Order: sequence, then C-alpha cells, then structure tokens
Amino acid sequence: MREAQSTYNYKVVRQFAVMTVIWGIVGMLVGVIIAAQLVWPELNFGPWLHFGRLRPLHTNAVIFAFGGCALFATSYYVVQRTCHTRLFSDGLAAFTFWGWQLIIVLAAVTLPLGMTTGKEYAELEWPIDILITVVWVAYAVVFFGTIAKRKVTHIYVANWFYGGFILAVALLHVVNSAEIPVTLTKSYSAYAGVQDAMVQWWYGHNAVGFFLTAGFLGMMYYFVPKQAGRPVYSYRLSVVHFWALIFTYMWAGPHHLHYTALPDWTQSVGMVFSLILLAPSWGGMINGVMTLSGAWHKLRDDPILKFLITSLSFYGMSTFEGPMMSIKTVNALSHYTDWTVGHVHSGALGWVAMVSIGSVYYLLPRLFGKSEMASVKLITVHFWVATIGVVLYIASMWIAGVMQGLMWRAVNVDGTLTYSFVESVKASYPFWAIRFLGGLLFLVGMLVMAYNMFKTIAGGRSVDDARVMQPAAHHA
Amino acid sequence: MSDFVSQFWNWYVILLVLASILACAVLLWTQKTPPAGAQVDTTGHVWDENLEEYNNPLPKWWMWLFYITIIFGLVYGALYPMFGSFQGLLGWCSSPQPGCANSQYAREVAKTDEQVNPLFDKYQKTDLKVLAADKEAMETGKRLYLTYCMQCHGADGKGAKGFPNLADSDWLWGGEPAVIVETISNGRNGMMPPHAQLGSETIKDLANYVRSLSGLPADSVRVAKGQEAFNSAGCSGCHGPDGKGMHAVGAPNLTDKTWLYGSSEATIIETITKGRNNRMPAWKDFLGEPKVHVLAAYVISLSEGGAGGK
Repeated sequence: MREAQSTYNYKVVRQFAVMTVIWGIVGMLVGVIIAAQLVWPELNFGPWLHFGRLRPLHTNAVIFAFGGCALFATSYYVVQRTCHTRLFSDGLAAFTFWGWQLIIVLAAVTLPLGMTTGKEYAELEWPIDILITVVWVAYAVVFFGTIAKRKVTHIYVANWFYGGFILAVALLHVVNSAEIPVTLTKSYSAYAGVQDAMVQWWYGHNAVGFFLTAGFLGMMYYFVPKQAGRPVYSYRLSVVHFWALIFTYMWAGPHHLHYTALPDWTQSVGMVFSLILLAPSWGGMINGVMTLSGAWHKLRDDPILKFLITSLSFYGMSTFEGPMMSIKTVNALSHYTDWTVGHVHSGALGWVAMVSIGSVYYLLPRLFGKSEMASVKLITVHFWVATIGVVLYIASMWIAGVMQGLMWRAVNVDGTLTYSFVESVKASYPFWAIRFLGGLLFLVGMLVMAYNMFKTIAGGRSVDDARVMQPAAHHA
Repeated sequence: MSDFVSQFWNWYVILLVLASILACAVLLWTQKTPPAGAQVDTTGHVWDENLEEYNNPLPKWWMWLFYITIIFGLVYGALYPMFGSFQGLLGWCSSPQPGCANSQYAREVAKTDEQVNPLFDKYQKTDLKVLAADKEAMETGKRLYLTYCMQCHGADGKGAKGFPNLADSDWLWGGEPAVIVETISNGRNGMMPPHAQLGSETIKDLANYVRSLSGLPADSVRVAKGQEAFNSAGCSGCHGPDGKGMHAVGAPNLTDKTWLYGSSEATIIETITKGRNNRMPAWKDFLGEPKVHVLAAYVISLSEGGAGGK
C-alpha cells in the first residue's frame, strides 16, 4: 500500500488520453459526414444515418466523448502532480473511465436509433442520465478526495478551475435532466413552456461556460506554464477572473432566447451579463498568453506551444464574438444562422480542441516513457493542417451566416420577403462546401495525431512507476 | 406585467440582479494596484517541481474594460426592462403588452403597414380574374406563394404526393375564385374514410374499377364486381354515381388522370382500406384578407398557366 502511494496513477490518465484521440476522430468524422450531408443531401441514408440523428451524435461525441476524455485525463494528471499525492482512489478512477466509455457507447447506439429527449446537448435519455450522474459523483469524489489529501497547503489555480467545472456540471446536469420517465427509452421534461426553454439554455450556455471553458482553463493553467517553462503571469489576475467568470457565466443563458416568449427583463439580464463576461473571459487569455512573455522565441520551434497559444487566441476571439452576438440588435441578425455555428466552432475547434491536442501531446511521451512524441515534425504538420481547417471553417460560416441573416430580413416594397428560405439555402452551398473542407482538414490532423500516438506507444512502455514528488522545500 | 406572481419575486429579482452587477464592481474595486515600478515577484509557492506564479498587477486596460461593461449594464437596465417589472426609462418592450406604449414589434408592423397597405387595399378592390392578369400584382403573389405555400405545393405549384397540383385545371374543392379564397382563408379537411370492413377481395375489385374509370388497365371481371360494390358500399355518395367526384366535400374525380396519392393498384387499395386524412391549413388570421386575395389570384394564374405558372 505504501508502495502504491508513492507513485502517481498514470494508468487512468493514459486510458483517457488515448480515448481522447480516438473519440476525437469519431466525433469529428460524424461532423464531417453531416457537413457533407448539407452539401450533398443524397448522403442521408435511412432514418439512422439521417442528419437529424447524426447531428446530436456529433455534438455529444465531440463535447462529452472527446472533450470529456481530455478533461478526465488532464484533471487526473494535474491534480496528482500539483497535490503531490496519488489519486484518492484507483478503483473509483477506473470506474469513471469504464463508466464514461459505457455512456459514450450508449449515446452512439441510442441517438441514431432516434431515442432523444430533444434537449440540445442533453439528448440522452433518462437511464443514461442517471448513469452520468453516478459516474460524475465518482469523478468528484476522486478529484476532491485527491485535493483533500494534498501534501501542499495551497491549491494550484488549475485545480480551482477543474473543481468549479466538476461542481457546476453536476448541478447543471441534474437540474436540466429532471424528467418524468414514460418507458425505458422515453421521458418528458419536468419543465414546460418558456420555463423549459430557460432551464435548457441556462444549462446549454453553462455547458459551454463550465464544461468547455472552466475545465479547459484548468488545462491551460497547467500545460501552458509547464510547456513554456515560465511562471504564470499573474496570481492576482487568476483569482479575480476565476470568481468573475464562474459567477457571471451562470447568468448569460437567456441570450439564446432573444426575441422569444421569454420576458424582456430576462433577455436583458442575459445580454448584460454576457457583456460583463467579456473581461473575465479575457482574463484567462491574458494570463495564458502573457505567461509566455520573455519566452516568445519558443513559439517558433515548439509545435505544442503553438497549439496552446493559438488555442488561447481563438479563445480570446470567440469570447469577444460571443458577447457581441448577445447584443439584441446583433442577435436579431445572427440568430438561427450559420454565424452561430461558426462561433461555436471557433470555440470548439480553435479553443477546446487545440488546447486539448496540445495538452495530450505533452502527456503522451510522459505516459509512455519517451522524451518526446515519435515525430515532432508531425505535430507541426498537425498544427498547420488544423489551423487552416479552423480558419476555413469559421470564415465560411461567418460569410454564410451574415448572408443568411441579411437575406432573411430583406423585404420588398410590397412588404413581402425578398428571398424565400430555399434561396438562402441555395446561396449557402458554396460556403457549406468550404466548411466541409475545413472540417475535413481538421479531421485529417487528428488522424495524423493518431498515427503519431500509436508510433509513440509502440516505441514506448506504460509508465506506472512515476514516483510522487516531494513538495518543494521552501514550501512549508 | 404578469411576469411575477407577487411583488416579493419582483423585488427578489431586482435586488439579485443589482447586487450581482455591483458585486463584479466590488470585486474589481478591492484590487489594490501596487505602486508603479514595484518589483514583481512570484507568490513563493512551487508546485510539481517548477510551477510558479508571478503576482503581476491586473492590466489597467483590462480593468477599464471590465468597469465599462458594468457601467453599460447599469445604464442599459435603467433604460430598458431589466430590473424585474421596472419598464425602463424608454418604456420599451419587444412585443405589445399592457402598460407598454413603445413596443418594437408594434412599431415595426405599423411602419410596414403604412407602407404596404395602400397597395394591398388597391389589390383587394380588384376582381380576382383581373388581378391574376396583373403582372406586378402577380410578382407580389409569387413572393407570397414562395414564402407560405411552396413548402407543400412546390415552387412550381405542381404539388407532390398528398399535396394537390395547383398548376392544372383540376380542383378538389372547386376552382371558382370565391371558392379558392374560401380554401385559403379557412383551410380544408379532406377526409376519405377507411373501408377495411369491405374485405380485401372487394377492395381489390373496387381498385380495379377505379382504375378502369380513368382508362388504366384493369382486370375486367374485377371491374364488373367493383362497379357493383362502388354503388352498394356507398362510394358514390361522395364520388358520385359516375365517379366524377363532388367539390362540396372535396371528393376527387376518379375518372381523370390526376392522382393525389398515386394510381397503382396497391396505392388505391391502400387508400380504400386505410382511408386518407388531409389538411390544408387556414391562413386568414395569419395573413389577413388582402394577402389571401392576392394569393388566390396567384393560384388562378397558376392554373391558367399565366404569370406565375412558368
């Protein structure tokens, strides 16, 4: 037992890290398929592979399978290393891994079969919701249990963000998934009408805020200073932006329901807090990017750092874009268009995927007993292919989105609409083709990563004897 | 305003929103900026071998950005509805509601009405047949059609399975101008009752008879038996003794080449066995009479192969 206590649990980190890459490929492949279906509708084969069923499969796979595995892998690694102790429970940690994989497989089966609650990003039916809750509680026990037995007094900043993410997601999931089962595969929401919509988007926006932001900021706060070999820019800034971020995000959901049956005051509250959210979001970007100050030259030849710093640039860009889109007059143009899709992907591909990819590239050699990835050159290739992919994706969606918004609101002198809906669909085709290409490039990058990963694994060994480090001497 | 069941919740929301915005300001206010030029050092903590943190002051521009958004939020809340049931100094609301004189929706509708009503009033006073030949009016009709009708009837008006072709001269409910206006205004419920009780053999006879009516190949023995059943089973009640249909109940003419669901024996058997339930929605309340009038004229022009029909 004492022997086990003196090493880090790398096994669960390794499992989640490898599955991050695998699920990333699966989720992005489904994304590329549905992007292709928009360009070539003939590709909708039967009800199971129809756009309407594959789209939630795509979102669930990239957010919860790819993003989720990345968060599990990095949080388990970071919390052990920065608490100078082994994970609280190996058994529970293994349970979270197998439980989470089971949830992903169940999602991949039930969504194409058409079993859905119809709530965006929370489509999974009630038995899976219960399983998610059980696994998540186990995750919280492992994470906070590890924090509790830490060998250092101060809790490192990355762990605040991971902890905030774990607590908030538990709250969001339980409240939004409250539903009344009818059969094993069908349930109805516990809420009705506009309250249901508000609960859904309180959840939906905070899924972005906590799952896709707070968790990944935790990742950023460990891997950026580690890879840059520099101290974090400002402890003070991290405190202020942490509290401001987790407090303000909770209010921003109503901006998804502008100009709907939601009362005006609620819409205004959502808009104003979304604007107030700008500075707290940028606090994270500043702290990450400025950490590199004095070591900018490292960006030139370190592709992992390229991934991490580029992800922060996209983070800064999309957290500027988001508040702008929450302004009612801007939203009146952007809502329901591809602009929203572009915005989401500048966050999802540019920020979430890139920071995860960079972090996993950092982890893999350490987990498999190598000094670096099998091919550093291929990391650079991956970086450029992915970056070009993201740029093509979001630029095409900006153009398509603004064009759609303008076409939908154009009115003739007789008060009729200038364009019918299909005309805007037709005009969108070229941009959907470019988006397909952008997504395809991003997927190709992931395949390059998988090749590099398996080469690294093949030439390495599973590290299970990494000894727990003693806390620094002057740190009483 | 009916957003709150009691004043308690109104004040609950007001105070919570205000306190939350101010809390952000307080958080910033408590951040002492160290004197300029002061030595910036790390916090002294080290994690995982070499993780450290400098304690740089908050960037000035970042603090100002934060303050500006907070001030904007408070000003916005003073002008627009944000603090519970307080309407805001501009008296703005998105859609008409009691106690709100400045409804954005009402304003936009009024502005459009003012602009387009004279035109539609003119159209409404024009006879439908004349309107159907008016090129400019039919441009408007086409735009309305492409927005509201083409999802079912197709961009060219030729319909689809279950959705009638408007570009021919065959009518389920009648093609007189007043009837078309009635169809668009109040919608239609096309109901063919199921006849499974007749038994599959009789139904097959009937299907053959129906095919023979429009000159399609059919089994002559079954046609004879089907003709008998057609009268005895009550088909003629709606479709008429000669099978030519009845506009009053929307019963299709079975002797022509137009088929709403298809003319194959299997499809006809399905139609007779299970019946058909079809619905055209009512548009009067949504579009208003003047637009319905223009659309009726456009449908007439379609069936005449005129302005809209290619």
